[in-house]
Amino acid sequence: MPVQGDAAIWAEGIKKHFGSIRALDGIDLEVARGTTLGLLGPNGSGKTTFVRVLATLTHPDSGRAFVEGHDVVHDATRVRRLIGLAGQFSAVDDHLTGFENIVMAGQLFHLDRSLASNRARDLLERLDLDDAADRRVKTYSGGMRRRLDLAASLVAHPSVIFLDEPTTGLDPHSRLGLWEIIRELVRDGATLLLTTQYLDEADQLADQIVLIDHGRVIAHGPPEELKDRVGGDVLECQVVPPDRLGDAIRVLEPLGIAAPQVDRVTGTFHVAVGSTNSTVLVEAVRRLDAAGIALTDLALHRPSLDDAFLSLTGHAAVTGEPSASDDESAHRGNRGGRRKLKRRVSRQFVEATEAV
Amino acid sequence: MATVALRLDHADQRLRTRIRWSLGDAAVMTRRYSLQLVRVPTILFFALLQPVMFVLLFRYVLGGSIPVPGTTYAEYFIPGAIVQSTAFSSFGTAVGLNFDVGRGLVDRIRAMPTARFAVLVGRLASDTVRSLGMVIVLVGVGYAVGFRFENGVGAAIAMMVLAIVFGVPICCIAATIGLTMRDPEAVQSFGLIWLFPLTFISGAFVRVQSMPGWLQVVARANPVTLAVDSMRSFAYGGPLEVHLLETIAWMVGILAVFGPLAIRAYKRTT
Repeated sequence: MPVQGDAAIWAEGIKKHFGSIRALDGIDLEVARGTTLGLLGPNGSGKTTFVRVLATLTHPDSGRAFVEGHDVVHDATRVRRLIGLAGQFSAVDDHLTGFENIVMAGQLFHLDRSLASNRARDLLERLDLDDAADRRVKTYSGGMRRRLDLAASLVAHPSVIFLDEPTTGLDPHSRLGLWEIIRELVRDGATLLLTTQYLDEADQLADQIVLIDHGRVIAHGPPEELKDRVGGDVLECQVVPPDRLGDAIRVLEPLGIAAPQVDRVTGTFHVAVGSTNSTVLVEAVRRLDAAGIALTDLALHRPSLDDAFLSLTGHAAVTGEPSASDDESAHRGNRGGRRKLKRRVSRQFVEATEAV
Repeated sequence: MATVALRLDHADQRLRTRIRWSLGDAAVMTRRYSLQLVRVPTILFFALLQPVMFVLLFRYVLGGSIPVPGTTYAEYFIPGAIVQSTAFSSFGTAVGLNFDVGRGLVDRIRAMPTARFAVLVGRLASDTVRSLGMVIVLVGVGYAVGFRFENGVGAAIAMMVLAIVFGVPICCIAATIGLTMRDPEAVQSFGLIWLFPLTFISGAFVRVQSMPGWLQVVARANPVTLAVDSMRSFAYGGPLEVHLLETIAWMVGILAVFGPLAIRAYKRTT
C-alpha cells in the first residue's frame, strides 16, 4: 500500500490504450479529501477514460489507483460502495418517474426501500426537482435530467463523487444551477473530481486544476496560478473617434499589468489585467466617462481553454483521436472545447450598479 | 475453537447478506424492466401484433398448401408459431440491452455495488413475463382459428409453461449478442437474422420429412423442433419423454454456455 497521506484519490502512472490509440499515457494525480479537482482538457484528451478507471469501469494497462485507500482494480466492490458517478449521459429511465429512478438507484446500492424513499425525497427537494418527482422522466428538460442523474449518484452518500462533464450541452441557466449544487456537495465534505472542457467551469468550482492533453498531465495547480500562467483576463476596448484612442489608452493603461496592445485600424486595444474580478470593468467605465471618451465596445475576456493550451503547451487545443467514450460526446455535437466567456459592459454595469 | 466457529458464523452471515443483496438487485432490475413494459403499451401492442399476424398468415395464406397427414394445419402449426414468437421476442432482449449499454445505464450500474448478473437476470425475468402474455394471447388466437387442446387442462398448462421457459435460453443468446456487438445497427440486423434459420429449419411449420435429407439432420437436432414436438405431445397426447428430455438438455446446455458468456460480455462492455 503506497503512502497516500490524506488523499481521497491517488493515481500513479495510469496507462490505457485502445488498439493503437493511447488514451492515457501515464497519469499521476492526487486529490486531497474534501477538495475538488478539475480535470480539464479537450475532447479525446483522456478525461473520460481516466474517470472510468477510477470508477472501476475500465482496467488500466498499467499503473495503480486508489479511492479512499482501496485499489480500483483489486478492491473494486469496496470502491463502488464509496463513489458516486454522474456524467454527460443521464442514465435514468425515461418511463419511470424521477422518484422511482432515485429509489431504484438506492436499492441497487442496497439501501432498504424506506430509507431509499426518504433519501429520494430529500435529494429531489435539494436538487429542485420535488415538483417533478412524480412525473415520468420523459417529460424532463435536459437540465432536469442531468440533476436527476446527479441525484441518483448521490443516493448512497458517496464520499467521492465523479462528475464527467456535468454541464456539457446545458443552457447557461441550468449550468449555473448545477454549479451551485456542486458547490453545496463540496461544502458537505465530499471529495469531487470533475472533468470539463471549460476553463471557467474548472475555475469556478475546483481547488486544483489538472490540465491533460493526449493522455498526459501538462499542467496542474490552483486555478489562480494557472490563469496567471495563461496571462489572466484581458480588457478589450474600442473607441469611436479614432483621435481619442491615445487618450483612452492613457486612461486605462494603469489598470493593466503589461503594456497595452493597440490595433489602430479598428481603433481597438487590449490591456492584460491579470486575474481580476469584474470591478476592473466598472473602474474602466468610470475612468473613460470621467475623461469624456465615448465607446463602441468594452469587454473583459477570460482566458479560454484555447488560450490556456496555447500558452501552456505552445500548440492549440486540437481534438485528438476520440477515445471510446469521448467519441460519444463528439456525436452529440460538443466537438471542440472552445468557449470564450465575454462579459459585456452593459450587463456587467447593470449588475455592478445594482450591487451598490 | 470458539473463534473459529465465530469466524465461520461471520463468513456465513456475510455470504447470506451477499445472496440477499444479489437477489434484491435482480428483483429491482426485474421491476424496472417490467415497468417499462407496462408503461409503454405501444411496445407491448406491436410485440403482440407481429406473432398474431404470423399466425393468421400461416393459417390462411400458406397453411393450405402445407400437407400435414392425420391432422389439420391449425392443430399442427400453433405450437410451432408459439415457439417462433417467443424466440423472435428475444430480439427485444438484444436491442434493449444494447440500448442500455449505449446510453450509459449499464455503466452506471456497473459502477455501483450491484450484483454482476442483476441486469441480465432482471431483463430475462421481465422478458419471461412478456412471453407469458404473448403465449396466452396466441393460444387465444389459436383457438379462434381452429386449434384445440385435447389432453386436459394440466397438459395444456404444461405446454404453455414449456413455451415460456424455452424462451429463456433463447433470450440468453440474444442478450449475449446485444451486449457483445456494440453497434446498434449490427444488433438490429443480426439480432433478428439468426432467428430465421433457428425457427424455420425445424418442424414448427412443416413436417421435417418434407425437407432434403441433409437438412432433416439439422432440423431433427434443432431444439425448436424438439420443443415444438414436446408441446404437441402435451396438447394432443402422444409420446413425450424423449423429446422433452432432449429439449430440457438443450435448454440447460444453452444456459450453461451463454449465461456465463452474457455475464462476461456485461462485465466487459466499455
